[in-house]
Amino acid sequence: MGALNLTADSAGSYLDWGVIQISITNLLIIAGMVVLFVLAILLPFPHAQGDEAGEKDS
Amino acid sequence: MTARTTDTTTTGRAADERNWTVRLRTRLEHTVPPGQALPDRQPVYVASWIYVFGVLTLAAFLVILASGGILAIGGAQWWHTSGTGHFVNSLHLWSVELFFAFMVIHLWGKFWMAAWRGRRALTWITGAVAFLGSIGTAFTGYLTQSNFDSQWIAGQAKDGLNAVGIGAYFNVLNPGQMLLWHVALLPFVLGVLVVAHIVLVRRHGVVPPIDATEE
Repeated sequence: MGALNLTADSAGSYLDWGVIQISITNLLIIAGMVVLFVLAILLPFPHAQGDEAGEKDS
Repeated sequence: MTARTTDTTTTGRAADERNWTVRLRTRLEHTVPPGQALPDRQPVYVASWIYVFGVLTLAAFLVILASGGILAIGGAQWWHTSGTGHFVNSLHLWSVELFFAFMVIHLWGKFWMAAWRGRRALTWITGAVAFLGSIGTAFTGYLTQSNFDSQWIAGQAKDGLNAVGIGAYFNVLNPGQMLLWHVALLPFVLGVLVVAHIVLVRRHGVVPPIDATEE
């Protein structure tokens, strides 16, 4: 029984806003993806500055 | 003699049009513009990290297929009991995690870029349907683990699927059915959708940013 309680206790912490429930782990993963998305837009791509022509070598 | 040659050529062309092999070959040749199937140059606006996430998704998909193939060769006992089996099992799981993360960032990028512009609606639709198909494929993968996790997930999913009225068509508590769906049916459907999506991207070109002119 103790082992079962331990398993239930280690199932993760949850944030609860009414109908919205999300584990902190999943929230952190989504936040990390949003950060990655923003960085992908803001960070310059290597060698992108020097290309003046309409096309570039890929 | 000249008239006879012309007549023969015309007859030959008419025969070609009745030949399904010729019609299919012509259709395939015109599906993607010449040189665009595997291009070595891209428009300058593609030089952005946000355009990388589509091919990252594809790379993760190939790792999923390869590691899934090895798991199919080894079988459930192998991936549960041997060190190499555990490694390949983890490789399969984490490539799926990366596949979904890359695909969702790709989706965000294309959504805010309104990537359905310029006759690209079908490209957008095949991508969206492939996303939904991926969820089903991943779900049947969780049911295929052959452990208490998969048993619990199937027990919970059964109620949800029955509640929305689609539980009569398949049974998530049937491991044999879910295994076949996961390793044969759904990967085939997903593979066809992914190929169609990529062919459409090559056919219509990569969507430009909203303020850029198409090249």
